Amino acid sequence: MRWRRTSSAPLWRDEFSIHAADERYVSRRQFAKFLVLTSLGMLAGQLWILVRSLGRRAPSYPEQVVARAGDVPVGGVKIFSYPGADDPCILVRTAGDRFVAYSQKCTHLSCAVYYEAAGRRLACPCHEGYFSAEDGSVLQGPPPRPLPRVALARRGEDLVAVGFQGRRG
Amino acid sequence: MGAPPPSFRRSQGHRLTAIDGALALIAVLLVVQMWLLTATLEADLAGHHEVALPGALVSLVLAAAGAALYAFVDRIDAEVRRR
Repeated sequence: MRWRRTSSAPLWRDEFSIHAADERYVSRRQFAKFLVLTSLGMLAGQLWILVRSLGRRAPSYPEQVVARAGDVPVGGVKIFSYPGADDPCILVRTAGDRFVAYSQKCTHLSCAVYYEAAGRRLACPCHEGYFSAEDGSVLQGPPPRPLPRVALARRGEDLVAVGFQGRRG
Repeated sequence: MGAPPPSFRRSQGHRLTAIDGALALIAVLLVVQMWLLTATLEADLAGHHEVALPGALVSLVLAAAGAALYAFVDRIDAEVRRR
């Protein structure tokens, strides 16, 4: 590929020819060069994403007792923070011995979701997004991803958060 | 200096058409590459890190195709300039 001019004429004479057809050739060639350089920029962005994803390690989460099973009635909820103080989560007792917990931040714009016991779903009041209480999947509305689900372990009466199931956006 | 012969003008027209076609293809490839970058970034941020490698490979192929088309445009341009 020829990336440099081969003619020995000055650049201005090369790019602003007195022949109209030549000038059209030059402008097209320069436009093509601009498009290809932009394309290389896109490729650089893709490589950046690749390097970023290769360098990522699986996060580790602490174990934390979030509630005692008897403290949450069926259809009731408990708000807790996990893994950090700025990560609000919601624990829901959907049935007698069934507990689920999710990040309380809506995956759309991070509004706090709440539990609608009647519909057995988690609702975001900001833009009417709804998530299934069973698995956190999006039922309706603008949220692009399911709610990150907190992995729970039962240790006697204690409900212990031990990490996140699947992906945490 | 007189007007160029008709065969030369025809040849010029063919070359311009070829360059326009190549430019259109480069533009289409670039649009696909832009879409690919945004889609890959969105998927990566959503935690689907497995899409990064295929995305980069496809983008590499698209960039190579664009560069090859640019080489084609450049070669035709050089041919015309030599005449």
